[in-house]
Amino acid sequence: MATARIVIVGAGPAGIRCAETLVKAGFKPILIDENRRDGGQIYRRQPEGFTRDYSTLYGSEAAKARDLHDSFDRLRERIDYRPDTLVWNLIPKQLCCVSQGKHSTVDYDALILCTGATDRLMPIEGWQLAGTYSLGGAQIALKSQAVSIGHRVVFMGSGPLLYLVASQYLKAGANVAAVLDTSPLSKRIVALPKMLARPGVLLTGMKLLAQLYQAKIPVHLGIKPEQVLGDAASGVNGVRVRTAKGETLTVDCDAVALGYHLRPETQLADLAGCRMRFDEASGQWWLAVDEEGRTSVSGVYAAGDGAKIRGADAAEHAGRLVAMALLEDQQKPLDAGLRDEQRKALAVMDQFRLGLAQAFPWPAEQARALPDTAIVCRCEMISAGELRRTVSEKGACEVNRAKAFSRVGMGRCQGRYCSQAGAEVIAAAAGVSVQQVGRQRGQAPVKPLSMLTEEVSP
Amino acid sequence: MSGRFVRLAEQGRATVSLTVDGVPIEALKGDTLMVALLTQGNALRQSEFDSGRRAGFCLMGACQDCWVWTRSGERLRACSNEVREGLDIVTTQPEAKWPLHG
Repeated sequence: MATARIVIVGAGPAGIRCAETLVKAGFKPILIDENRRDGGQIYRRQPEGFTRDYSTLYGSEAAKARDLHDSFDRLRERIDYRPDTLVWNLIPKQLCCVSQGKHSTVDYDALILCTGATDRLMPIEGWQLAGTYSLGGAQIALKSQAVSIGHRVVFMGSGPLLYLVASQYLKAGANVAAVLDTSPLSKRIVALPKMLARPGVLLTGMKLLAQLYQAKIPVHLGIKPEQVLGDAASGVNGVRVRTAKGETLTVDCDAVALGYHLRPETQLADLAGCRMRFDEASGQWWLAVDEEGRTSVSGVYAAGDGAKIRGADAAEHAGRLVAMALLEDQQKPLDAGLRDEQRKALAVMDQFRLGLAQAFPWPAEQARALPDTAIVCRCEMISAGELRRTVSEKGACEVNRAKAFSRVGMGRCQGRYCSQAGAEVIAAAAGVSVQQVGRQRGQAPVKPLSMLTEEVSP
Repeated sequence: MSGRFVRLAEQGRATVSLTVDGVPIEALKGDTLMVALLTQGNALRQSEFDSGRRAGFCLMGACQDCWVWTRSGERLRACSNEVREGLDIVTTQPEAKWPLHG
């Protein structure tokens, strides 16, 4: 069955390592990616004509980025690479794709979803104002376009990316107004034993923090975000938070980078009928996969942050491992030693990610405390009060039902940036756990399509 | 307010001319539309649900907050489309609006 049609979706660290392993085994997979260039979000390549070197672009991760890009460049002629192509739907054994306004279908025998993640957001009053960006978005602005999202930028939220992006902005010469972390120091101390699973990564994180302190950037831990300040016409002009000591702190700025770690992109897996599971540590729904990346649906596999949020290093290992799972299922020979290496590396990263979840927890309680006037759905300006009324007046205690009544999750972003916080708001209003209110179902098209899309006959 | 975004490096690139809402602007080759517009202005479009201006959010093609349009009506995600010589961009939605929040 050397002719099995294998399709990988996503050309980030997981997708590239998966493709590489399959090519070594004699396959020529199709690699579909929505981006124009390989690398995913984390190792996103700058446009042609840009001249910054690897060290400037990727800092401590420069060697990994270069290695992944080099691997991809070697693979490129040995795979069927289709960049700038969105998989917008799937039916059994067939993907529906759109590229440059043209629709086409791609048949598959085996599908490996390496769809990655986006920022995980918790709303705050005023977050709809122009000048509020996701933390990952702030990083892309710098990495991919060499710009800062503002003249004076506040970094707010929690998670390792908060310190990474703030320090990257600092190094690039941007004006960093403050770093405001919702997680208190005590959580980090409790999480230390687990985070020591990867002492090198922990040390890198501490160095970033030291750089921020050295540059006298105000860093506040254990804050409670209250409001992004500004007006509808000109956008952000500050943020107001409550400090750990209970004092009000206002910081002037014209941009806010906001984020609380990551959420997985699971829509395609959902449409394929793959089972999901609730991950207690992070408090969100993840794809149910076995240790090697098999989903509950035969022939559908997943790896990287779209399957389990463990970061880029883990995604490379998981990409190789999932390829070997597929080889095993196709009764092809595989390198058992290499497989054991990937498993061992991932066990360490599993431990570390539990530490991260403990050190920088998702601030579920913020959703409960959100004022009725705060916007939950920034696409369509739907407030927390409106969402709560679907629970109190219409008895909608399940996410999809509340979505139907309120439209939270139905706007342009299709729930990517509101549905998790929305679920917390619903759970708090209904007095049940967030797991009980369920998760927003994936819907095709997984991203908006233009009415001008043309069908291409095969 | 001049620009929202601030260029920090890579400023030696060739320039590209395009038009935004009828006004000619210059951008740099390799700029996304978002960077071209936001280094010279403070927003990309008008929200169709309130009086707020919008300037994008995720920069990775997930939120769809950064839509702009070509004069012929084609919708473009400003974060993931690069500038091209002669592009004619409009930042007001060509379709009907349905103000929900005044």
